[in-house]
Amino acid sequence: MGTGLEWAWLLIALPLVSGAVLLIGGRRTDRWGHLLGVATPLASFAIGVYLFARMLGLPPEERHHDVSLFSWIPVGSFQVDVGLLLDPLAICFVLLITGVGSLIHIYSVGYMADDPDRRRFFGYLNLFVAAMLLLVLADNFLVLYVGWEGVGLASYLLIGFWYYKPSAAVAAKKAFIVNRVGDFGLSVAIMIMFTTFGTVSFGPIFDNVDAAGTGVVTAIGLLLLLGATGKSAQLPLQSWLLDAMEGPTPVSALIHAATMVTAGVYLVVRAGPIFEAAPQAQLAVAIVGAATALFGAIIGCGKDDIKKALAASTMSQIGYMHLAAGLGPAGYAFAIAHLLAHGFFKAGLFLGAGSVMHAMKDEVDMRRYGGLARVMPVTFVTFGFGYLAIVGFPGLSGYFTKDAIIEATFAFGGTAGTLLGAAALLGALLTAFYMSRVMFMTFFGDRRWADGVHPHESPRVMTWPMIALAVGSVAAGAVFTLGGRMVTFLESAVGAPEEHHAFNPFTPIGLATLAAMVLGAVIAWTSFGRRPVPSTAPKGSFVTVAARRDLYGDAVNESVFMRPGQWLTRTLVFFDNRGVDGLVNTLAAFVGGTSGRVRRLQTGFVRSYAMAMFVGAVAVVAALLLVRL
Amino acid sequence: MGGFPWLTVLGAVPLAGSVGVGLLPRGRDLLAKRTALLVSLVALALALAVAIQFRPGGPRFQFTENYPWIPQFGIGYSLGVDGIALVLIGLSAILVPVVILASWNEVESGRSVKAFFSMLLMLEAMMIGVFAATDVFFFFVLFEASLVPMYFIIGSYGGPQRSYAAVKFLLYSLLGGLLMLVAVIGLYVLAGTFEFTRLTGLDIAAGTERWLFLGFFIAFAIKAPLWPFHTWLPDAAAQAPAGGAVLLVGVLDKAGTYGMIRYCLELFPNASRYFTPAIIALSVVGILYGALLAVGQADMKRLIAYTSLSHFGFIGLGIFAMTSQGQSGATLYMVNHGFATGALFLIAGFLMARNRSRLIDDYGGVQRVAPLLAGTFLVAGLSGLSLPGLNSFVSEFLVLVGTYTRYPVPAVLGTLGVILAALYILWLYQRTMTGPVSERVQNMQDLRPRELWAIGPLVALIIALGLYPKPVLDVINPAVQHTMQQVQVSDPPPEVPAAQGEGS
Repeated sequence: MGTGLEWAWLLIALPLVSGAVLLIGGRRTDRWGHLLGVATPLASFAIGVYLFARMLGLPPEERHHDVSLFSWIPVGSFQVDVGLLLDPLAICFVLLITGVGSLIHIYSVGYMADDPDRRRFFGYLNLFVAAMLLLVLADNFLVLYVGWEGVGLASYLLIGFWYYKPSAAVAAKKAFIVNRVGDFGLSVAIMIMFTTFGTVSFGPIFDNVDAAGTGVVTAIGLLLLLGATGKSAQLPLQSWLLDAMEGPTPVSALIHAATMVTAGVYLVVRAGPIFEAAPQAQLAVAIVGAATALFGAIIGCGKDDIKKALAASTMSQIGYMHLAAGLGPAGYAFAIAHLLAHGFFKAGLFLGAGSVMHAMKDEVDMRRYGGLARVMPVTFVTFGFGYLAIVGFPGLSGYFTKDAIIEATFAFGGTAGTLLGAAALLGALLTAFYMSRVMFMTFFGDRRWADGVHPHESPRVMTWPMIALAVGSVAAGAVFTLGGRMVTFLESAVGAPEEHHAFNPFTPIGLATLAAMVLGAVIAWTSFGRRPVPSTAPKGSFVTVAARRDLYGDAVNESVFMRPGQWLTRTLVFFDNRGVDGLVNTLAAFVGGTSGRVRRLQTGFVRSYAMAMFVGAVAVVAALLLVRL
Repeated sequence: MGGFPWLTVLGAVPLAGSVGVGLLPRGRDLLAKRTALLVSLVALALALAVAIQFRPGGPRFQFTENYPWIPQFGIGYSLGVDGIALVLIGLSAILVPVVILASWNEVESGRSVKAFFSMLLMLEAMMIGVFAATDVFFFFVLFEASLVPMYFIIGSYGGPQRSYAAVKFLLYSLLGGLLMLVAVIGLYVLAGTFEFTRLTGLDIAAGTERWLFLGFFIAFAIKAPLWPFHTWLPDAAAQAPAGGAVLLVGVLDKAGTYGMIRYCLELFPNASRYFTPAIIALSVVGILYGALLAVGQADMKRLIAYTSLSHFGFIGLGIFAMTSQGQSGATLYMVNHGFATGALFLIAGFLMARNRSRLIDDYGGVQRVAPLLAGTFLVAGLSGLSLPGLNSFVSEFLVLVGTYTRYPVPAVLGTLGVILAALYILWLYQRTMTGPVSERVQNMQDLRPRELWAIGPLVALIIALGLYPKPVLDVINPAVQHTMQQVQVSDPPPEVPAAQGEGS
């Protein structure tokens, strides 16, 4: 049937090809590389919009197009095809990745204009877009895994884009290795799925998940969750995201805020039937999400580096998404709605931060900012809309999407629902606090600029994408949530919640959320708005100190994994050189007389070998004959 | 099959080339190199011709040739290839021209250039013979004979401690060979023939079968090498010239894993099943031990050698998991490892040719001065850490998933090796390629066209076989099916069969 949906592979192929051209073509493509780099995500976006329109024209039950491209790994009953699945869930991500992605590509033309390696940057970005699209379009877990690691590779390359900075190179490696721990979970989960179901394709697994034992399904769910925590920087694999801010700011916006880090949420929602058959794993998702929402928010309160404050916020917001995804069908649509809205406002905030850094000679310390609202009006206004959206100012995106999550959590019921809901509510207060803090320290108050810094508004190629994202930040929430649009649209892909809630801001929980937001902002104002901000950080309470140190995440990893690992490695190296090898050498010395002896060994070699062979052969023949007789 | 003796010609071309290059007059170095390259390319073309004519659905052994050699003992000159042998011959035929091109200026002055290239071709002839032989005695002779060219490549053209490394390599291998010879003769006494196809399905007493199995297995485990028979490998690989290391680890060691799947399993099915738990344990230890050791190395080539120990653990795991995914994966792993590790050794060689040091700390910031070199190194390294989308992932995942269906715990432990792989590769990359440009590499040249021609095909294969491994798997699968029938094992069925018919 010519639905047009079978053209989905072009979405991936275009950025993949241009990425390859830019990376293989090398310096020859320097002059026009960024143009090609921008053109292909835009083309993919156009295709995405076309596919979306076609899909809307179809009745809901037909919005599910599975196309097998070619046979990839066929061995016995292990038959894996490269196949794409285009359904409402996938198309949401396609539009986010290519839409927000294109805007960030355009912004990067200006942001990276002075970098001699801009072409390479676009090559990596294109590679990322292709891999991310593969991740969300795959119709089985193994192809998803290819996209999953592909975005990890792109993230590695882009965090380490300025590879000559040791800190960037270390951060890149750390991100990849921490993610590998998550990948361990994902790959073992795939192995269990194949062993249990004889396939790795979504459809057949989800259809038969009820026939498998709860223990097995719970194991699969928990392992998938481990994978999700790696990619989405959730507890306990959160430690890489703050370091990842070493990458250029557009990378932070695209990969480490809007798209890649949300892949964990995608995985959980996509694998919904597995989690529904494993309530304990599902609850674990919600707990991890709520815990990370608080964890990230607390870190965000202590950071003076604008990008790290935003990164901690990303961690926290993705925590909200996991919390929603852990609520089952009641939360899936809200998780995705918040994910998409977050894609707009967080990307906008990062681009705004990049614009500020651009103006401030790459200064990231907010204690050296202040009073930028007048100097950079466009940045201020767009960043301001992003800020209002994330704290949940009534009418803007976050207001609808985050509120929906908090309400759904309380509606989950039981002690778990209350505790998780309380955590989410506290997170909302903290969010308002740390984001207001960022706002006050950056755009208001007195100018604490370093000498020789003359901030200016960024060029149009950078401000236009910021404006576009600001529009999205304002409108996305209402568009997705009002009238239950997202819930209805996703119904055919992820299942329907048991009861539809019409949006109502005047429930007790809705009002509490609003109060938490106001309270957080007021506290921030009393500490950072009303009073002058010192340009060097004061000592701070122990909570502030802990937050500045990422709540000791690295310290734990170092003492639990790194140091014992180093000790083990050193011991084994010693053992291998002295122990195993030493034994053999002693033996050799013993056999060959004394050591210098290699020569003597060599001369007598052939003869003794032949002799030994002969003796051995005779012995065996004799033994076998004897046994027979 | 009759007709044109493809395999004989395929082996004879490099053999004749080796003799021809060796007989060239002194001082005609360039001619020697060009002749060697040409000969290896002809051999590659022949191998391609064989591969194209090979019918995956046809009889098991194709291109068979049988001539009596020492009829008194029933020793024959018997050749033939199945899918497993074919892909390994393909691997050898691809790597030799690559190595010749990469080693163009590798020979230090004062050492015979023609002898080096002659040895490379000799090695190729031996390897093709090892994989093509279907007579157990003939196989043994070639298996042992292949030591000779490698001994000279390490011992005459290697690093400062080359003679120690070469002798160690030779002693270990000979010890293994001796054990195998004993077992080969034992087999002959039992069966009265060396013909492989007549040796399978023998009815041997359990005790005897186990001893004979061990004779073969230990020889192969030393060659491959599996833990704890590995200690010769880091020395040999570190001291060998880069091209020699590629052929040693990439091809020659595969004779060991090839021997396991071809000879150990099929000749001694009961003993194979008996020893499976022990070998799986050794393999898992090897995966983790090799990976941890690789993390701790200061010498680039030793590091790569230890990664290979880890990878050989995966191959062993796949073979003895006794599932079609495990064994097809292991066979594909042999090929992929040859390309990935081959590329790593070659690039390490390029670095050493420029900086004269194997120590990781003597590098730093290479990406800035030699981006192409760094880029190819990264691709090869990512293949080494089994990045999905690149060749090694396909084989490694097949091995792990095939192992999991029967032995979940070893599979999970093996998967931990995947985390360590990221650590040793990316840390190596970080220390050598990133950071500020260190003084010693300031004037380093990027890849020259000749080097690019050598490494380019490997990088292309690494990517191509990751995206579309099906043609190779189609060749391997029927051979693995045959092996599994011989060992009387079949894949465990899924608990909740969910696959919708074929190709779902």
